[in-house]
Amino acid sequence: MADEREPPPLFENEDSSEKSPLEEKTVEADQEVNLNDDANDDLFSDPPLLETSPAEDKPEAEDEDESSPAAEESGGGGGILDDVEVQEEPPKKEEKKEEKKEEEPEKMDEEEEEEMESGDTFDVDITVSDPQKVGDGMGAYMKYTVVSKTSDPSFKSSEMTVSRRFSDFLGLHQKLVAFHTTKGHIVPPVPEKSVVGMTKVKMGKGQEENNSLEFVEKRRASLERFLNRSAAHPKIRANTDFKEFLEKDEPLPKASNTAALSGAGMMRAFNKVMDSASKVVSKMDESDQWFEEKTQHIDNLDQQLKKLHTSVENMVNHRRELSNATAVFAKSCAMLGNAEEHTALSRAISQLAETEENIEQLQSSQAATDFYVLSELLKDYIGLIAAVREAFREREKTFHNWQTAQTNLAKKREQEAKLKSTGKTEKLPQVEQEIKDWQERVEKGQREFEAISKTIRREVNRFETNRVQDFRSVIIKYLESLMEKQQKLIQYWEAFLPEAKAIA
Amino acid sequence: MLNEMDDSPELQNDGKDGDDDGLFDVEDQQKARTDSVDLSSDTSLVVDISDALSERDKVKFTVHTKCKGRTNILDTLTTLPEFSESDFSVTRDHDEFLWLHTMYDENEDYAGVIIPPPPPKPDFDASREKLQKLGEGEGTMTKEEFQKMKAELEAEYLATFKKTVAMHEVFLQRLAAHPTLRTDHNFRVFLEYKQALDVRGRNKKEKFGSLVKLVTKSVDEVLVTGQKDVDPFFERERTFVVEYHNKVKDSTARSDRMTRSNKQIADTYIRVSSGLNALATLEKSDLDNAEAIPESARFFIKVSEMFEKLRKVEARVATDADLKLSDLLRYYMRDTAAAKDLLYRRMRSLVNYQNANKALEKARAKNKEVQQAEKNQEEACNKFEKLSEVAKQELTDYKTRRVAAFKKNLVELAELEVKHAKTQVQLLRNTIATLKEETP
Repeated sequence: MADEREPPPLFENEDSSEKSPLEEKTVEADQEVNLNDDANDDLFSDPPLLETSPAEDKPEAEDEDESSPAAEESGGGGGILDDVEVQEEPPKKEEKKEEKKEEEPEKMDEEEEEEMESGDTFDVDITVSDPQKVGDGMGAYMKYTVVSKTSDPSFKSSEMTVSRRFSDFLGLHQKLVAFHTTKGHIVPPVPEKSVVGMTKVKMGKGQEENNSLEFVEKRRASLERFLNRSAAHPKIRANTDFKEFLEKDEPLPKASNTAALSGAGMMRAFNKVMDSASKVVSKMDESDQWFEEKTQHIDNLDQQLKKLHTSVENMVNHRRELSNATAVFAKSCAMLGNAEEHTALSRAISQLAETEENIEQLQSSQAATDFYVLSELLKDYIGLIAAVREAFREREKTFHNWQTAQTNLAKKREQEAKLKSTGKTEKLPQVEQEIKDWQERVEKGQREFEAISKTIRREVNRFETNRVQDFRSVIIKYLESLMEKQQKLIQYWEAFLPEAKAIA
Repeated sequence: MLNEMDDSPELQNDGKDGDDDGLFDVEDQQKARTDSVDLSSDTSLVVDISDALSERDKVKFTVHTKCKGRTNILDTLTTLPEFSESDFSVTRDHDEFLWLHTMYDENEDYAGVIIPPPPPKPDFDASREKLQKLGEGEGTMTKEEFQKMKAELEAEYLATFKKTVAMHEVFLQRLAAHPTLRTDHNFRVFLEYKQALDVRGRNKKEKFGSLVKLVTKSVDEVLVTGQKDVDPFFERERTFVVEYHNKVKDSTARSDRMTRSNKQIADTYIRVSSGLNALATLEKSDLDNAEAIPESARFFIKVSEMFEKLRKVEARVATDADLKLSDLLRYYMRDTAAAKDLLYRRMRSLVNYQNANKALEKARAKNKEVQQAEKNQEEACNKFEKLSEVAKQELTDYKTRRVAAFKKNLVELAELEVKHAKTQVQLLRNTIATLKEETP
């Protein structure tokens, strides 16, 4: 099912039966904001809810899972526009929405702000664990156990456990990107397919080699972060593919077009090149100051993060080196202690060897922390920034479409005028129809553009807030680990000191 | 150039103002450095290196001697060479130190003595290379980063320089403290002769010659050490010294690697600190209100500053470990090698003695040149026994020296490590508290 299906229309929520209990619940007013976004989608049948939902918000202390139902609507509105199979209801709703938008644009922004801060308290806590190698040789793959705990009632149950293989993750990411990025959402990055790394794992004898163990652990942690970040994004969490990934007990159909050396892979690579070529060609006139600044800012951020990442990687490597050097020294020291004939000195030197061994443990665990906590965080953000850029590009594409439609409309009008002046009226009705079509397309293009612009603004703000908080909490955690290490160091050396003093 | 040390008090000042002159300066540092060896308190002949200059490839040391004027036979307990002045200085370079050592080493009179190991050649190649690499990489880092790294490298260079001065000094001081060695004529010349000693660096032929000597010596050594010693004390010593030397050599190399890695980590902190600073700058610029520094920027700035402080402490940790551990091991590696040499010489002497015995027997059997053989035998016997006696004392001294040095340095190492770790904990704790406070 997953492969052929197009990205489901945003109003899936209406269609799927899962949603209805949700909607009922939202009417019970004490519900948290998150539910409201789904309910809000068919809100226009029930306008009052629009006003009450902001009122229901009690600004809560920072919750990283922000959502803004009011904003969600516009996102929903933007999303609708994707569906060229225009359903009767959605356009009406979008118009209503737009009216509301025009009426109270500022109020919306404020509400957005509020709702973003209050966030929702539906947590989804996902762990990816237990990497297992399945099969042998080149056909082997890794599978992981994904356990999701959630208080979000839109999920099948509050705790779900499934088994997924790596290509499943890649497939999910692909789908999310295809669906969400076009709307301007920022989809969290997923670890890349690594032919080298996986070959080591495939060829390696089970769990013995350190390198492949490290690689697997790195990947596992990265997949976990991907899922958790995605779940934190209210729109992605609501995505049926995403949910299915977490819920469906059976193995998912193989996402064959994620294979590294496949036809689909080639197509993707080709498309990427085309995209970047078109990016160069169609540089849009940025009329919006905000976007111009943000693009610059994002670029700078990218640069700095990459630099910092390199420095941190160097630090990790040196720490690993130090840890090795210390281990080797400890052994050598132990031998020296044995060779020493003076008993007290011999004992002291052996003590020193032990101390150094303990220190080495500290150092290698510190190196691991350096890596998993700091270095990977930076890498994630570099990936996220790439996703932000993608969203920006989509916006440019939308703009381009709009402009093209305008150009075509102008052409058709010209044509109409020419026909009228020459008196050839047979083709006139046809041209007039075409004009109408293009006019619609122009309007649609404009709407899309504005919608995506709005979505992106919201997304970027969310991204920035998250980023600052993320960095802050990670850095504090890192500093705490450093401090712990130093405290242990004190312990070890203080234990050694009396031994040294006891040398007679 | 040594006076420049005063400019970097941060790096050096442990508060150990040894001579209580109110300054932690050259003299204190020298005292702090020459700790691998506990010297006698006999101050009748005091030698130190008061200054040093780095001239292109060579380092010139100013060797300063103070002695209790004209010797009065009634006053002094030891026989001091007669110096013409009581306070004087000369300039010497590394090759002259080596020459002095060779003179001692080759002198049979001192066969029973552990000759203090010669100082290693001043080697600034590593520092120079690093400086060069830094220059090449200048484009990849910010100006501040570059300045900081340059300052670090300069400090390193300075530290290497001071170390080499200290090594040369210790060598001379041990000679001056040794009752037998200090009376040597060559030593006196070295200390007193105003002009340069005509000691050119060994040319190719001499180097080759010494290489050959080394090979024959080690072959000899193997043959000789194969022999069982008559004296159990020396037998034990030999086994010990040989094995100990190997282990110490190994440990020295490992310890060096360890301290080097540690230093590298400290250096990478510079980059990390600078990267965080850059992030902070970004935060500042991306704001409508340009006056107030946004909290996120302050956050990054604080962390960046902390890393900067942290790296200074880490660098100290690396340096201290280098001094107290690596240098200690290195010095005793050399000293143990000198002890090994002593034992070898003794064995040689023993073999000579035994050969003389055999020759005597043969002569007696043939009744030819008996007197000559007897004389030889007696001479060999005397030499050997005298050597053994001195050697015994020397080896005992060596042991005491070693144990004392290890104790002192290990204690100091542990204390310094604790101190630095405490500093870091304090720093981190404060930073974390401040950062947490700012959580909105």
